[in-house]
Amino acid sequence: MGCGMGKSELQAALLIQRWYRQYVARLEMRRRCTWNIFQSIEYAGEQDQIKLYNFFGFLMDHFTPARNLISHIFRENEICRDIEWERYFCYKSIEVPESYTGPHLTFPMTFCGVSKLMEAFKHKQQLHARYVLQILGETWRLLRILPNINYVSVCHNQEITICGDLHGHLEDLLLIFYKNGLPSSEKPYVFNGDFVDRGKNSLEILLILFGFLLVYPNDVHLNRGNHEDHIVNLRYGFTKEILGKYRVHGKKILKLLQKIFSWLPLATVIDHKVLIVHGGISDMTDLNVIERVDRHRVREACWLGLITILSNVRILTSYDWFDGLVNSTDISIQIVDLLWSDPMPQNGCIPNEVRGGGCYWGPDVTEEVLERHNLQLLIRSHECKQDGYEFCHNRRVLTIFSASNYYEVGSNRGAYIRMGPDLVPHFIQYQASRTCRELTLTQSVGWTERSALRALREQLFVHKSDLISAFQEFDPNNTGMISLRHWASATETVLNLGLPWRMLRPQLVNSTKYGMVDYQQWIRELSITEPKLEISDTSILETMYKNHSNLETIFRIIDTDHSGSISFEEFRQTWKLLSSHLQTEISDEAIADLAQSIDFNKDGSIDINEFMEAFRLVDLSDVYFYLCSKFRPLVTLLHEGT
Amino acid sequence: MMSQTDETPAVAKRRDNNMAESNNQSAETKLSDVHKRIKAAFETFDNAANNTVDVREIGTIIYSLGCFPSQADLHDFIAEVEEDHSGYIHLDRFLPAMTKVLLEHKFPPIPKDLLLQAFEVLDKDNKGYLEPEELTKYMTQEGEPFTQEEMEEMLTGLADHERNVIYYKDVINQLAIDPDM
Repeated sequence: MGCGMGKSELQAALLIQRWYRQYVARLEMRRRCTWNIFQSIEYAGEQDQIKLYNFFGFLMDHFTPARNLISHIFRENEICRDIEWERYFCYKSIEVPESYTGPHLTFPMTFCGVSKLMEAFKHKQQLHARYVLQILGETWRLLRILPNINYVSVCHNQEITICGDLHGHLEDLLLIFYKNGLPSSEKPYVFNGDFVDRGKNSLEILLILFGFLLVYPNDVHLNRGNHEDHIVNLRYGFTKEILGKYRVHGKKILKLLQKIFSWLPLATVIDHKVLIVHGGISDMTDLNVIERVDRHRVREACWLGLITILSNVRILTSYDWFDGLVNSTDISIQIVDLLWSDPMPQNGCIPNEVRGGGCYWGPDVTEEVLERHNLQLLIRSHECKQDGYEFCHNRRVLTIFSASNYYEVGSNRGAYIRMGPDLVPHFIQYQASRTCRELTLTQSVGWTERSALRALREQLFVHKSDLISAFQEFDPNNTGMISLRHWASATETVLNLGLPWRMLRPQLVNSTKYGMVDYQQWIRELSITEPKLEISDTSILETMYKNHSNLETIFRIIDTDHSGSISFEEFRQTWKLLSSHLQTEISDEAIADLAQSIDFNKDGSIDINEFMEAFRLVDLSDVYFYLCSKFRPLVTLLHEGT
Repeated sequence: MMSQTDETPAVAKRRDNNMAESNNQSAETKLSDVHKRIKAAFETFDNAANNTVDVREIGTIIYSLGCFPSQADLHDFIAEVEEDHSGYIHLDRFLPAMTKVLLEHKFPPIPKDLLLQAFEVLDKDNKGYLEPEELTKYMTQEGEPFTQEEMEEMLTGLADHERNVIYYKDVINQLAIDPDM
């Protein structure tokens, strides 16, 4: 190599290569830190949620008023037979008005019908509630006759396509179909769960997938993910999406979806060799057991904590809805493991404390489970990957993730798998949106970083008082300064996110002098606007910030008729519940005060959406930045004025 | 927020103060600080929190600590610290090896003027910039060649958007060493 180039060119090239590689590595370090931030905040949220449900279980045992409040949520009228449900879900009485400009569907569903649907969604049209209920009804009927595990074989000339999490990212699904072709009997597909939540088009994705399922029931296979769970949907956006899009029929649609989710199959096996499941496995995984289970009776998988607690309380076994759950605690655990677990590099099988459900399983468990079932590969999803896919456990476990730009524009690529009869996976990667493909590495890292830091500053802000207390412990003489080491240690103790605070320090703290942090000033500098509420008790405000996700989840659970508002009394109950869970004191007076101030309509009830809007955190530094860029002359003027 | 590539007077002052501080520190504190830096960088890639990282990430970690090894240097370093081709590197072996590297300044940064000279060597016609084809030829055929992906990313990142050439003097200044490293 050299083509007649001299020594000096060689040296020069070597130097430049070395220099540039260092630059790229620094960017990669930043990107990885950003990633860790997003991921730890995301998982902390999931963990938070599971804790909340465990708490409900505790309440059922000990807190009588709450029992009344919550028991009507649990009581599912399981005694209603499906035929009565069908009457309830009947779409026939719903009229489609003349003014409706969206797509009209005919049944039985055809390929043209689904194509029409996709076109409509591309043009941002909304399907009428009548047709939504009709598709969902047909889907429900089909899913009820499907087994827990789909056994699929790949024919000689065929390839099967396997997709991971989509999370409401319609652009990604359309991109996959564009690159790979639409599902058909020549082009079978497996979709490995988490179709909904987070993205804005969860329903559109479901309708398209269900549409193809109805047209090609032998060639389209759907696995349940941990987000196909109506309690998780309350927190992560799907419930909100449906209620926002369908004000009149939203709750009926949600109810039917609840049933559909519980009837989704749990796994797909290809040629008895490749197992596809959303989360993963555990040392307890036994497909023979899973095959025989009544999968629809093990409803919200994330109520496992509750089940474990309640199974110890004999008095509650009188509830007939409860029977199926209690007898199958072990099976419930197996199913939760399938939907929530993550692989780890070390051997063993330990509870997944980060997510709060499922387990972490090691390469030894992979070997054992695969061998026991005579399988050669496990394909799963559940975790976002930079390149859309990743092998682990000696290439016996493959993670596939299909939602690109999951955390932020430019954060990651999506991917899907094509597999022929040789069962060797081939990957196709992509990234939706033209803008982000044009971003250079530097720009996309910067963009994602800003977003992550914003999220992190929000977390820091909501833990203000705890942070100050923690800092003060390191500052007994009240100098107002602490060392960087102590700053990092205190911050980690309070936030418990497992982040490398020392590495993040330059991005978060401007005011250091000789390695010391002026923490009071730093807290002040976390400039985030206060909500539009006038409340005397500021401690309740902080509790609100910290727990606003939990709060919203509890609100939506209490709002059983999905009207979007709750009464004062229910609001008061919610706070009592929450303060008991958090083991803090919140006086009745403070609650009444709060309720008054957020009753914006002064009609004695609280609109959940308005409430959440009212104290949504806005990062002031963003607002300032935006203003500066748009209105430079004005801002200069204002500055000169002061 | 300041971009990582500019250095305001305030930041420069802070850096100078820190350096002055570190010159006055005792050897033990200095060593302990070095250990902390190494551990922090290592932890970022330690996904399972068990003090191991994938061997393919070691290069990134070493670079991020402000070192400029060549690929050959990296191979040698990895050969020393890897656990029998397991694909993983444990902190127990990485820490002492990396500490030595940092204390001995084994892979020092490239001074700007040397870098400029290197570009000028490649800019045979003394144009003040390099055409993408020119740079590609050198980067992918000489020395420790870039992959196609690395090359594409370099061109996208460094080329002037309008004229599609690489003004290397500007580029060198833009990609200056991070003051916080």
